[in-house]
Amino acid sequence: MALLELRNVTRSYGELDALKNVDLSVEEGEWLSIMGPSGSGKTTMMNLIGCLDKPTSGEIWLDGTELSHLSGKALTKVRRNTIGLIFQKFHLVGHLTALENVMLAQYYHSLPDKQEALEALDRVGLAARASHLPSQLSGGEQQRVCIARALINYPKIVLADEPTGNLDEANEAVVLDFFSQLHAQGTTLIVVTHDPEVGRLGERQVNLAHGVIEKEVRHALACPLLPDQECATPEEPCDIRDLEKVMA
Amino acid sequence: MVFRALTRQVGRRALIALTVALGVSLSTAILSVMWNIGDKVNEELKAYGANIVVRPQSSAILSSLYEDADTGSATLAEEDLGKIKTIFWAFNILDFAPFLSLDASVADSTASVEGTWFNKTLDLPTGEQAQAGMKNLRSWWDVSGDWLSDCCDDKVMASSSYAAAHGLTVGQMVTVGGPSTSKTLKLAGIYDSGDSSASDLLVTLKTAQELAGSPGAVSRIEVSALTTPDNDLARRAAKDPKLLSAADWETWYCTAYVSSIAYQLEEVIPESVARPVRQIAESEGVVLEKTQSLMLVIALLSLIGAAMGIANLITASVMERAAEIGLMKAIGGTSRQVVFTILAENLVIGAIGGLAGYFAGLGLAQVIGEAVFGTSISITPIVAPIMAGLVLVVIAVGSLPAIRLLLKLKPAEVLHGR
Repeated sequence: MALLELRNVTRSYGELDALKNVDLSVEEGEWLSIMGPSGSGKTTMMNLIGCLDKPTSGEIWLDGTELSHLSGKALTKVRRNTIGLIFQKFHLVGHLTALENVMLAQYYHSLPDKQEALEALDRVGLAARASHLPSQLSGGEQQRVCIARALINYPKIVLADEPTGNLDEANEAVVLDFFSQLHAQGTTLIVVTHDPEVGRLGERQVNLAHGVIEKEVRHALACPLLPDQECATPEEPCDIRDLEKVMA
Repeated sequence: MVFRALTRQVGRRALIALTVALGVSLSTAILSVMWNIGDKVNEELKAYGANIVVRPQSSAILSSLYEDADTGSATLAEEDLGKIKTIFWAFNILDFAPFLSLDASVADSTASVEGTWFNKTLDLPTGEQAQAGMKNLRSWWDVSGDWLSDCCDDKVMASSSYAAAHGLTVGQMVTVGGPSTSKTLKLAGIYDSGDSSASDLLVTLKTAQELAGSPGAVSRIEVSALTTPDNDLARRAAKDPKLLSAADWETWYCTAYVSSIAYQLEEVIPESVARPVRQIAESEGVVLEKTQSLMLVIALLSLIGAAMGIANLITASVMERAAEIGLMKAIGGTSRQVVFTILAENLVIGAIGGLAGYFAGLGLAQVIGEAVFGTSISITPIVAPIMAGLVLVVIAVGSLPAIRLLLKLKPAEVLHGR
């Protein structure tokens, strides 16, 4: 069974269907990019996958648990134990140091462990800036603190909302490189972005438009056996079924 | 985290602390004064004389039936007077004076004469000494000349009305003829009591006993005692203490109600009946009850005002921190944990404000005490835990609107703008 599965999911706000009958599955260890213009339903999908919202209809299965009927408290528990959230605007607590921001996630998960939080900051190259306040860090550094916070509780899925949206090129490269490392280590990544360059880094990319999946693409980068293939829709050679045929 | 959070929104947090401090200082001052006011009012009312009168049993019955009744020849023993300062509430006995009344002939007319103590030093059975007498008991009397002294039995005082009617002046000799003997006494002072029922002449108790031929006799004792205002228990006890349960009796006996002090006086003075002077006791109760109610209302209003101010400030603070609170929820904080965090922050601020307010309130109480009663207000220990409890309640109540807002806050809305 897929780690994440959306079955015929609709999310409506009054008359408006922000997502309409969406089906999507994400395997463990996969890097999925969700793309689309403003108002296409990206954020709605992110909120649903991130257990920050519930669908109007349909089912969402995450790690074997159906989420749509869970209470707010149960969703909080799923969010705490299964999901790591990375935000475009970082959302660090201004009066806490980088280290304390990471420990905040530990506090709500289990028990704060300073050493472990320091190691998490070290992994994103910020151990030396552990005692700095967010206001004393650059945008890229703040995003790396945000990543360290998202990873501190070993989530099954890391959900990133426009993770490079507020970063300059150099910092964008650092963050994306870190994502590649995470993916190589087997972390499941779902990245919501409007940047095609960032979207192309995922193994798979779904394009949303008006609340439906308009296009699903597997990238050549993720298809090492078909290096010459262009990015394709599921019907085209890069589709996993065609890949299996080639391998056979 | 809580303490780090206090470094944010310093201005708003200082305002919350100040609001708590203001509410607590006013309430502390009012509660301190309220708890002291019983004693202060008592001291004020003490100026209006005794609040308990002790009479011989037989004459008390007549006296209670007919205000102007002749109380006859029944008397109390002067030697028992020292026992008054040995009762359970001895320290609440501020003053007392024995009286022996008689009618005497002065010149060609009859005058009412009372013998009493003026400023007698008593050797108590406990080995201690105590002062008692008219000089303190009738401190508001206007005396021209001198008060009498208990050691000098050759002097007399006259009321201003009697002196005026008979053309008496200080230094004049007056011959007083009692049932037993006559004495020529020097008029030492003329008193204006402001009370038409005061006797015509005052002599020392010993002189009166000699005039009446009743050595060691006392016809009544007036006692001024510091008392606790009557409540329901005191009113029930006043009817008949024997009707009280053992526990109620214990409480009543060990509380300085005017009735329990009167009861204890009856215990030490044989064949006596002690009765509260209702006018004093009741006016004290009414004044106290009304003043304390008014103060309680002001204290409550100040705390309600503080709670409302705090509610606005905390709600505004939570609204400003919506993104931070949304984040706490998004990364796994339950509503309860987030509410606890916000409450903990506010309780720390409340504790700081409350502590400052408490000490400011104690100072304010002293100012009120000096301005209204002309004395200091003693620190009542119970006020501190009461104020601590009230700060908790005020913070909790003041945080309610913010907590409602916080519970409704959805992380998706504040983090992603939906």
